[in-house]
Amino acid sequence: MHSKLGLDFKRVDYARELASGIASNVQEFVESFTTVAVERTLCRMAGIDGTDSNEVPLPNVMTDFLKERGVINQGVLFYIANAMVNTGLSPQEIAEKVAGGQLDITTLPIVSEESIKEALKPIIEQCIKRITDRKQRREKYLETLGEGSKPYLYVIVATGNIYEDVIQAEAAARQGADIIAVIRTTGQSLLDYVPYGATTEGFGGTFATQENFKIMRCALDKVGEEVGRYIRLCNYCSGLCMPEIAVMGAFEGLDVMLNDALYGILFRDINMQRTLVDQYFSRIINGFAGVIINTGEDNYLTTADAFEEAHTVLASDFINEQLALLAGIPEEQMGLGHAFEMDPELENGFLYELSQAQMTREIFPKSPLKYMPPTKFMTGNIFKGHIQDALFNIVGIWTGQGIQLLGMPTEAIHTPFMSDRYLAIENARYIFGNMKNLGDEVEFKEGGVIRERARFVLENAIQTLEKINNVGLFSALEQGLFGDVKRSKTGGKGLEGVAAKGNNYINPFIKQMKGDK
Amino acid sequence: MSGGLYSTQSKDFDKTLDLKKIAPYGDTMNDGKVQVSFTLPVPAGAEATEAAKLMLKKMGLENPQVVYFKELTPGYTFFNCYGNATQSVDYTTIYVPKVESTVMDMHETDIFIKENIGRPLVVLGASTGTDAHTVGIDAIMNMKGYAGHYGLERYEMFEAYNLGSQVLNEDFIAKAIEMKADALLVSQTVTQKDVHIKNLIELVELMEAEGLRDKVILICGGPRLSHELAKELGYDAGFGMNSYADDVGSYIAQEFARRQTQQK
Repeated sequence: MHSKLGLDFKRVDYARELASGIASNVQEFVESFTTVAVERTLCRMAGIDGTDSNEVPLPNVMTDFLKERGVINQGVLFYIANAMVNTGLSPQEIAEKVAGGQLDITTLPIVSEESIKEALKPIIEQCIKRITDRKQRREKYLETLGEGSKPYLYVIVATGNIYEDVIQAEAAARQGADIIAVIRTTGQSLLDYVPYGATTEGFGGTFATQENFKIMRCALDKVGEEVGRYIRLCNYCSGLCMPEIAVMGAFEGLDVMLNDALYGILFRDINMQRTLVDQYFSRIINGFAGVIINTGEDNYLTTADAFEEAHTVLASDFINEQLALLAGIPEEQMGLGHAFEMDPELENGFLYELSQAQMTREIFPKSPLKYMPPTKFMTGNIFKGHIQDALFNIVGIWTGQGIQLLGMPTEAIHTPFMSDRYLAIENARYIFGNMKNLGDEVEFKEGGVIRERARFVLENAIQTLEKINNVGLFSALEQGLFGDVKRSKTGGKGLEGVAAKGNNYINPFIKQMKGDK
Repeated sequence: MSGGLYSTQSKDFDKTLDLKKIAPYGDTMNDGKVQVSFTLPVPAGAEATEAAKLMLKKMGLENPQVVYFKELTPGYTFFNCYGNATQSVDYTTIYVPKVESTVMDMHETDIFIKENIGRPLVVLGASTGTDAHTVGIDAIMNMKGYAGHYGLERYEMFEAYNLGSQVLNEDFIAKAIEMKADALLVSQTVTQKDVHIKNLIELVELMEAEGLRDKVILICGGPRLSHELAKELGYDAGFGMNSYADDVGSYIAQEFARRQTQQK
């Protein structure tokens, strides 16, 4: 491949090799464990939904039941299938009986492995079909309606009320947005359950629930037909319910999911063992459902310095790429993250940003890279902010980013007003149209600031990857190699929900979803 | 010159500055020029523009002008407007409670603590409650600081611990007792539906219950906080926008020294 930056692709290959080593190390660990979130996901995949009389979601009732009896390590599918054979009931009926205290699924006679597999078969087929149908629906829309050109314009809605979100999202789509992200309510990432039903009360965002997904998907389909463009829906598969949100999204036709364990570890203090196990299964689901995952490297630069720590973003992108490959996610669905977060006072800052964005583009040529706007140095001066966003948009179109998270002039003041979104979209559309093919016209000077910056960041990323490869990802996180944040392997939230898989453990979805794409 | 582009209206108002009656300034003293933008939940059209002008009048803005409008989505129209304020403010009688300490730089603060206190002060900071934003607490505490102001971690005479985000008030207090904190910094960035107020009050109440409130210097900060609000909520000080580690560090050092003298 021809590099406009004179990148040494042998060094890129070497970096990939290092990242692959780091990822397979993590993978070994991940494959031998399960978590309460993975088990709740399997309940949902078996068709269990709804809540008990105390509004506890039935998937939680089931996993809690097994956890209290110390057998969560055997997995819910084993017990569900065993109960199906014994009682002739459906998974939903079994869950309702467990919730009502009428059935103890741990004391039934254990049937043969064959009968268990046989009982699971139709359930698995049904779930796979449900997700495949959804996927085909998207593909059909893309065929008939088409989509916006890249970089996709990504905007957020965050009113706290799903019905108000719909109004905001429709307006954004009409103004030109390609992706609508419904920001989650503050603190949802730390809930160890997914709330049920439509919600109208949230702080700084709206609860991610399956019903809310459905309401928004339905609205976007309608407005997509109106504007003649498929509008993608994004939510957040992070926190303590990663795989559960993934499967709800797969059922309801979400298109993009933030899905990054490293983000949760560093910025939500979620236990690293827990979330890496959760991430693996959530990524298998996202990969199978045709969902683009977004990774959260951009956030490193909100705590660490964007100029000095640029290489940590690249190193993490390499690792995230390898972890995603292990979960069966094709490169075309890897929205690896990076950001335009340098101090605007930095001399030549634009050149460095341009260099890094071009470098990321060339290193991950197929990825719909997720490019984050300035946030850290947005001050409340909306006029300066609008120009900062304009510079960010110039880099976005110039370097061919995949997903442009539009900056709002009112960043750091409030969650976007309808009019803020309009101004941001207008800004991006003007620049994207006016500078459309600039990138095709320009190569960078040998020995110049831009080429040298890219070489420097890549070499530093390689050093970082070498360090991580020596100690392993877990220790690297303990040493604070990313975002200047240190996390302990046994610290953080959610460790109590991790269990080593037992002898009877069974999850046929992994093989089926990874193999059958 | 054709009409409309430049204002030809007579400027027959008093153009001398009177601090007892200050008004917004556009390009002439006391012209009262104000720029406003907002969205009305009605379709674009002559009625919408009229509604926007009436809105401006009700805001106390005379000569309302709608210079731009755009229907954002059916039934919602965005306006950019100008008008002249009719109200004025007496600047001479304004009193705003402020943190009363001299702002010193890192070096001066270190020397001040060495000379007046003689031991490093233990400072714990966190973004508490469900707030996941660390940008505020990081700006004040991190080694590197923000915008050229080093954070408290770099000070020789502060033992600074940044506990990060989403720290429960209970955990924060437990840590404060464990580390024998001299000062606590609470950062609150998310302010939707006043969640920060509730959380800040809860911390004070918990500290009072633990008998800890008077033993530490309790400080809150965030872009939507002020010293006045902080005092109201039972904090010793509050730092809003444009505050840096220098401001916080100087205050802690001087307030600690003041309390020490009082006890003697």
